Amino acid sequence: MSRAPTGFRRERIDRGIKVRSDDIFALASLRDLSYLILPRALPVAALLLFPIVGRGISPYWQTVVLSTLVIALLALSWDLLASAGLVSLGQAFFFGLGGYTAGFLNSGLGLSPFLSIPLATLLGAALSTLLLFPLLRLRGIYFGMITFALPLLCMRVVETTGLLGGTEGLSGLTPLPSRTVELYVITLAVLVTAFVFRRLSTSDWGLVYQAIRDNDRAVVAAGFDIQRRKAQVVFLAALPAAFAGAFVTHRYQFVGMPAFALDYSTMPLTAAVIGGPGSFLGALVGAFLLVPLSELMREFGSLRVVVYSAMLLGFTIGLPEGLFRFAARKYGQFERLAPIEEPSHGK
Amino acid sequence: MGGLLASTLVYGLVSSATLLLTALGFSLTFGLSGVANFAHGGLYLLSGFTAWLLMTHLHLPFLAAAAATVVLVGLVGALVYRVVVMPVRGIHLAEVISTFAVGVAIIELFRWLGFTTYDYVLPVLVEDGIDVLGVTVDWQRLIIVAVALVLTLALWAFTHWTKIGLALRGMSQDEYTALSVGIESDWAAMLSLALGAGLSAVAAMVLFPLGIISINSGYDALLVALAVTVLGGLESTAGMIIGSLVLGFAVTLTGNYVGPRWGEVVYLGAIVVVLAVRPSGLLGKSKELEERV
Repeated sequence: MSRAPTGFRRERIDRGIKVRSDDIFALASLRDLSYLILPRALPVAALLLFPIVGRGISPYWQTVVLSTLVIALLALSWDLLASAGLVSLGQAFFFGLGGYTAGFLNSGLGLSPFLSIPLATLLGAALSTLLLFPLLRLRGIYFGMITFALPLLCMRVVETTGLLGGTEGLSGLTPLPSRTVELYVITLAVLVTAFVFRRLSTSDWGLVYQAIRDNDRAVVAAGFDIQRRKAQVVFLAALPAAFAGAFVTHRYQFVGMPAFALDYSTMPLTAAVIGGPGSFLGALVGAFLLVPLSELMREFGSLRVVVYSAMLLGFTIGLPEGLFRFAARKYGQFERLAPIEEPSHGK
Repeated sequence: MGGLLASTLVYGLVSSATLLLTALGFSLTFGLSGVANFAHGGLYLLSGFTAWLLMTHLHLPFLAAAAATVVLVGLVGALVYRVVVMPVRGIHLAEVISTFAVGVAIIELFRWLGFTTYDYVLPVLVEDGIDVLGVTVDWQRLIIVAVALVLTLALWAFTHWTKIGLALRGMSQDEYTALSVGIESDWAAMLSLALGAGLSAVAAMVLFPLGIISINSGYDALLVALAVTVLGGLESTAGMIIGSLVLGFAVTLTGNYVGPRWGEVVYLGAIVVVLAVRPSGLLGKSKELEERV
């Protein structure tokens, strides 16, 4: 951004249409109404229609949208954890636990995907909460460090002990009936998660965990049991991630050590940072930019990892608020030059 | 002398020294300026390939290439601070995320450039080996132990007896007070990152000759550094030594008596357990309040 000319300063004020539509007057004109409704309804409609309309598009792009939505779920989960001050560098941990639980339920107990995915979501989330519980006293980067190590640890344990198929993994699992069903299942999961998380974060309950992020000792002093609160947040955040794991397991009809891969930790993190942490919708925006971009660059091999590391870096330093907040601000406000009034010294 | 016991002793010591050396750079930076340099693994790998490139394309002898690498990577470390860490300094998680991104970018860049074959090796300083306690050890491994010991002692002396070292430690204890007696925080942090990067290069120079320079060793180096640093305590030299001894012997013991693959489970498990029980590490004290509630 260029500097304002001498004697002027930049000033940011709400657009007229935003001021009008913030109020009941929105009902007065169709234009104001659509200003409010379109940015919310269009993406949702696009997501809901895609499974039907998308049938005309190549199956390849359908799978891209599927992977995008999977990363979006993981990014939503990251965002919820981050808004409680628990920054995770290992979303693959939740993903992998959900995936393996679904794999075990399906191949071991013979449950159908429609039972094993919901069960694995619950059990996987419960399991991750249980495993993380002793570590919840950690703050800041110490929590980050441990979550970075956890999925790698799980991978090594599976590799070494040969449990759950060891290096081979579990294969030949039951697939979901059709691509349309797959798309709808994951789309609904993303929409529901985003809606619920956004609602939660403005509720009283959500305020408490944001307070934990900002000043945990003050929350303790206010008489809250923050270990319990953090455990609740972890469980809630683990739900969509474990669901994503279970879903991908059934989609590929396989679960193995790749479920704990670094990609499932770095991609959601990058998506959330690009879109902007704290708003949940930012995580979705980030996922929809990052994953298709990374697919386009698939032929460049690991260069795409370099590119999204660079994006992660660029956004952390250059635009910490993320694309979503940036765009939302541009949508609602404009900038203008305002003259700087000279202070009148004591007159 | 039981062969297995002697070999556990000797190789336990060697692997402790390896761990200590790998972690030294990360631990120094973290202990001195509080920057968790997650690019550590990337810098470690970068050092290996820089030395290889200098030797192959400029035909430098190994020692000259190694010295040049240490200086170059040290400069890269300083650059990482200026460009990546300084804009987000003080926001610990942004520091972690941005240095992590740098590390991953370096590692994956080398993977993309095709540095994945078995051609990338650094020479050992001295061929052959000798018998220690009836176990044959090659000289390179003994050099590792020696370098680890010398560096640790030198660093301890540096941070306790020199003015710059004391300034850096002052910074890590209380940044504002240090600032008020004229220690510039950015300068000190940049120095600590450069030193850490240089140390990771030294580690690379003596550790890579044992095998090939493989891409994934970058990630492994970061994990090892995390494990040792966390286990030992962040600012305590004795803690670092104890941490690496504990891990080194645990890994060698499980490797010899249980199975080679269990070693990795042991050190990852150790991180988790120690972080959960004592996040300041076995001997760490100064950061106790910041870590947990």
